[in-house]
Amino acid sequence: MIEQLTQEDRKLLRDTAARFFHERSPITALRQLRDKKDAVGFDPGLWREISDMGWAGILIDENDGGVGLGSQALGVILEQSGRSLAASPFVATVLSAAPIISSAGNPEQRGNALPGVSNGVLVISLAHEESPRHAPHQISTRAAKNVDGYTINGKKTFVLDGHVADLFLLVARTAGQNEERAGISLFLIDSSLPGINIKRTTMVDSRNAAHIQFDNVQIPANSIIGKAGYGAEILDPVLDGARAGIASEMLGTAQKTFDITIEYLKTREQFGAPIGSFQALKHRAAEMFCEIELARSAVYSALQALDQKASNTAELVCVAKAKACDMIELVSNEAVQMHGGVGMTDEANIGLFLKRARVAQQLFGDVIFHRQRFADLIGI
Amino acid sequence: MIKLDSFRNETRTWLEENCPPGMRTPMPDDERVWGGKKPVFKHPDAKTWMDRMIERGWTAPRWPREYGGGGLSLAEAEILSEEMNRLGCRPPLFSFGLGMLGPLLLDIGTATEKERYLPPITRGEIWWCQGYSEPGAGSDLAGLQTRAEDKGDHYLVNGQKVWTSYAHHADWIFCLVRTDTSVKHAGISFLLFDMESPGIEVRPIKLISGTSVFCETFFDDVRVPKDQLIGEINGGWAIAKQLLAHERSMISQLGARGGNRLPPFKDMARRYVGDGNGRIADPLLRDLIARELINDRAFESTSKRAMGAAGAAAGLASMLKYYGTEQNKRKMEVLMKCAGSAGLGWEGDEFADDDLVLCRSWLRSKGNSIEGGTSEVQLNVIAKRELGLPD
Repeated sequence: MIEQLTQEDRKLLRDTAARFFHERSPITALRQLRDKKDAVGFDPGLWREISDMGWAGILIDENDGGVGLGSQALGVILEQSGRSLAASPFVATVLSAAPIISSAGNPEQRGNALPGVSNGVLVISLAHEESPRHAPHQISTRAAKNVDGYTINGKKTFVLDGHVADLFLLVARTAGQNEERAGISLFLIDSSLPGINIKRTTMVDSRNAAHIQFDNVQIPANSIIGKAGYGAEILDPVLDGARAGIASEMLGTAQKTFDITIEYLKTREQFGAPIGSFQALKHRAAEMFCEIELARSAVYSALQALDQKASNTAELVCVAKAKACDMIELVSNEAVQMHGGVGMTDEANIGLFLKRARVAQQLFGDVIFHRQRFADLIGI
Repeated sequence: MIKLDSFRNETRTWLEENCPPGMRTPMPDDERVWGGKKPVFKHPDAKTWMDRMIERGWTAPRWPREYGGGGLSLAEAEILSEEMNRLGCRPPLFSFGLGMLGPLLLDIGTATEKERYLPPITRGEIWWCQGYSEPGAGSDLAGLQTRAEDKGDHYLVNGQKVWTSYAHHADWIFCLVRTDTSVKHAGISFLLFDMESPGIEVRPIKLISGTSVFCETFFDDVRVPKDQLIGEINGGWAIAKQLLAHERSMISQLGARGGNRLPPFKDMARRYVGDGNGRIADPLLRDLIARELINDRAFESTSKRAMGAAGAAAGLASMLKYYGTEQNKRKMEVLMKCAGSAGLGWEGDEFADDDLVLCRSWLRSKGNSIEGGTSEVQLNVIAKRELGLPD
């Protein structure tokens, strides 16, 4: 069990992260990456500094070169990075790919990948989704066994930072049919192998993902992680951690969106008064406040459950992601509306928050996915 | 941690030995114990259970022992509540003394007032009611007109209150009165008095749900001893608001739990639209139900988090009140959709008991977002206190 952060530790970490992202990655940085059509799509210098702070290795055990602070500490960092819309391979690498290696990689795989992640020199992307909507077991990419290892054929989509990844954590099928949980296997492979075709996809939030095609890609036998056919046993809990992580980022993004909007309501005047004095807007703002606080509680509960390895972790994660999705949809839409015409301009930052919100909503399952999964988990 | 573990073990053992089997069953509304001078124990085990809990100090687990409380820490009180839930123990005693007046007096009462009023509350000896709203002062509570005139050795109270919960059963009232007519908020005082005082008349109000839990209460030259004023003369508004925060926390919790004898939401939904395995085949109803169960979980986490926060900030109490009651109303509407015509029965043997309770509970839930300050008032409080939006 992870050592519980004290209130004091948490506050210190939060203040440090808040200052770091505010100074080192203001929203202007994201605008610059977008406007100059940056080839990498994030600032490698920033990524190295994030790892210097110890945050890239926050989930990675000390024996593997990380700092091993656990999910609640991770949540604190992501909440702050969400406030400034900091672009980095954090979600791709720290949240989803590395934890798979941490939980099930053999000593060689751990040694090859985890210190590099902690040091900020390796980008590993989870090559998982095959359809536009999150469907964790809908895997038709095949890994066919042969004498030298496996041959991979298939297509992946929405591979975060896939265009600059050094390694892929590939989810492929060694047995079974498309929707089956059994038969899924995980592989850690080099992104430059012959037969891998990577197409960068520029997303609405000014960040990047990729479409990746695998045509008869030959990979060595020792690239498999865990036991063939049992990959979902490893993947599913890691996805829960990633869901709670992205929900933390959403919390920070929504809170900042809300803060900006409240400030606008206090300063923008119409009919000779600040528009925030009108009850029609006050009540909507107060409702947003409630939804943010509810989502916050849900996210904190999920992070705590992850650290404590509680038996109802999956349920709490569904609650957290479902609430975060509904909440940020409300907050981001209301924020644009309350800014009036200004909210529609590219110059105002509020639109950037709206755009990131929708991407984060889809990552690792939207509200519909998580309501259904919650219903399945509780047996209704 | 070790200390808490042993507390949990002791508590579990004590509850298992002392909670009568009849008090480990779901509680119909009419078996709820309110205490008072003429207490009603409809269930044969109810008095034993209340007496044992009083002796243990657990009718008010967090209050100091000197006033009959349990002297428990927040963590211990949570454990007690968890263990009571685990065993399905009924709350031994309900009262506005425990939920509203007591916490207020613990905050601001003098030593004499605490000694006088708190022990009878923990022992369930006095049934308190709340005299706040008036016909002309609902959401605009500070517009209240009930007068208390200084007559030297006593106050003389004249006026009318409305929505006085259970005034027809109550022994004493905590009441907002006007002691200065020249100003609004700064002319209000907080008085306690005996409901048997001459000049008080109570008329129950019949609600859409068919029950009468609220009353109109009339005061005609009611004499109140001066030492029953709480706080300063004309200093009642701050007290009123503080007490409202306690009331709102209490209502939000009642709302979240259904606050009545209806079985849990999930069980009710399954009863109407579940198949043999408890699965819900209709995907749209299933989604509606899952949505509210998710909201319930998030609300539960929020209540816990708010309890842990230092002090009950007015904005947080308003948030819990607003969300808890609106959530309860949503759940009732989902159940009405699930039940179809089975949820529309008013009375008679052709409907199952739970069907009839559902219909009445659905109607009663409409009051949740009105009593204790409407949802709109809560949103105003949040906008002002938490968000600092201008008037």
